[in-house]
Amino acid sequence: MKTDFWYRFLRNRMAVAGGVVVLLLFAVSLGAPLLSPYEPNEINLREVLAPPSHAHLFGTDHLGRDVLSRMIWGAGISLKVGFVATGFSLLIGVILGALAGYYGRWVDAVIMRFVDIMLCFPAFFLILAVIAILEPSIWNIMIVIGLTGWMGITRLVRADFISLRERDFVQAARAIGADDLRIIFRHILPNAMASVLVAATLGVAGAILTESALSFLGIGVQPPTPSWGNILTAGKNNIDIAWWLSLYPGLAILITVLGYNLLGEGIRDSLDPRLR
Amino acid sequence: MLRYLLKRLALMVPLLVGITIVCFVVIHLAPGSPTDLQTDLNPRVSAEAKARLQAMYDLDKPVYEQYLLWVGRLATLDLGRSFSPDHRPVIDKIAERIPITIIINILSMLLIILVAIPIGVLSAVRQDSLFDRVTAVVVFVGFAVPTFWLALLLMILFGVNLSWLPISGIRSLNYEYLPPLAAVLDLLKHLILPVLLSAFGGLAGLSRYMRSNMLEVIRQDYITTARAKGLSERVVIYKHALRNALLPVITILGLSVPGLIGGSVIFETIFAIPGMGQLFYMSVMSRDYPVVMGILFIGAVLTLIGNLVADVSYAVADPRIRVA
Repeated sequence: MKTDFWYRFLRNRMAVAGGVVVLLLFAVSLGAPLLSPYEPNEINLREVLAPPSHAHLFGTDHLGRDVLSRMIWGAGISLKVGFVATGFSLLIGVILGALAGYYGRWVDAVIMRFVDIMLCFPAFFLILAVIAILEPSIWNIMIVIGLTGWMGITRLVRADFISLRERDFVQAARAIGADDLRIIFRHILPNAMASVLVAATLGVAGAILTESALSFLGIGVQPPTPSWGNILTAGKNNIDIAWWLSLYPGLAILITVLGYNLLGEGIRDSLDPRLR
Repeated sequence: MLRYLLKRLALMVPLLVGITIVCFVVIHLAPGSPTDLQTDLNPRVSAEAKARLQAMYDLDKPVYEQYLLWVGRLATLDLGRSFSPDHRPVIDKIAERIPITIIINILSMLLIILVAIPIGVLSAVRQDSLFDRVTAVVVFVGFAVPTFWLALLLMILFGVNLSWLPISGIRSLNYEYLPPLAAVLDLLKHLILPVLLSAFGGLAGLSRYMRSNMLEVIRQDYITTARAKGLSERVVIYKHALRNALLPVITILGLSVPGLIGGSVIFETIFAIPGMGQLFYMSVMSRDYPVVMGILFIGAVLTLIGNLVADVSYAVADPRIRVA
């Protein structure tokens, strides 16, 4: 089964490309202190808004800071937000989905109505409203993105649990006296992990996109901490003179999100070729 | 049909109650009380004025009573007054800004329908052709593009470099002096980029959806029957298949409402369009809680209405739904 997965995954060129992008991003985030040519927050007022050159490959921003260095440090921020936010979504989504799918009846009804209610809110509105009340900070946006992104995972996990809960191996576990918690987490959940893994990979991409939009609007990662989104804010403020501030960080977001999406779809196709 | 409509309306009630509860919980996430900000910033506010504010929000009462009183006011569309210096009723502030937001969203939706459906149908009919493959790549990249970034690039290209399109607001400075036709053209020019960009996300999704729908329908028996009867391929595809493939699109359009409304915050802020999204953003920045909560609530209600309209249109278009 496992070798089947790797065989199919490695033959899928797009999936491998996605995986490479994701690995490279990890490397860049970890190696930021070594890779970045300048200090990300080093202000140089003699080189304000300098266009791309040999000294500054991606130019400088309105405070003369090196854009490439800020983007390299920003990679880690995006990754952190993507993973922590998705972690929160997974935690909530898996627990609620498992409860709804396993117990059915009123537990299911209550949880799924709650999902319906949450889906009525434009996600961006809900995130902004909560940020308005709490402080905009990197931790708060991770939590808020996570708290507004679990509904899809809940539906997936619930569907898996409904199709698995009457299987023989679950009956067998029940017959030898396993309690509900053990059946849910040790017997059923591992069988539902495939779709969860795919949803999580695509979720990281979504969370990174949301973070960049929030930071762009000035309510996400706060300056001077560099993030791809808040470099783009400087791009908008200098839109008529400094195109490089707008172009490069957006490309980085695009490539990152594309990488996670390709990886996620690749994992899905490799886990179950019938889903294609 | 009437019975179906009533059933749908009845199902909306618990959702509406749920929406009010979520909004209420969000308000109470605030550390301290919602009145703190208003009074702390102004040291001259007397204890008596503070008490009056607290009474206005019923903060001296138990939580369940606060909720019931709040919902009671909500039912009469009383969303309170803005914290901003003008102290105007929230509902008025939203009402004067909602039309432009709805106009932009409806135009984007029309654009999505007009562009995505033909693309989806064509790539399904010519499955695995060059056209199909190219659109597949474009759509996949489209899913990953941050639309606010695309907005910046288009602003640089069409606004700054080519000077073809205005990049902010919905009217030129000399708007009042333009003859009527020129004024309308002026407005349209201001709306091109915002509408295009807010439609962008939906375009990718719907064209993919349309393609897989169409592929599924083409494989069904009745299509084979139609071909066997000797109907021309054109009639088979555009008359027999398309009708059935179009049905689920109604639902998808309904589901895209929250995304469009949520996106209005970004586009209206970027393009300085005086709509509900921009009001929401400004209220978030100035912590104008009554306005934030009002728009949060209205946004959810608009979604609910969008879903209802989609369900009812589906029932009108497909008799199987309303009988079942």
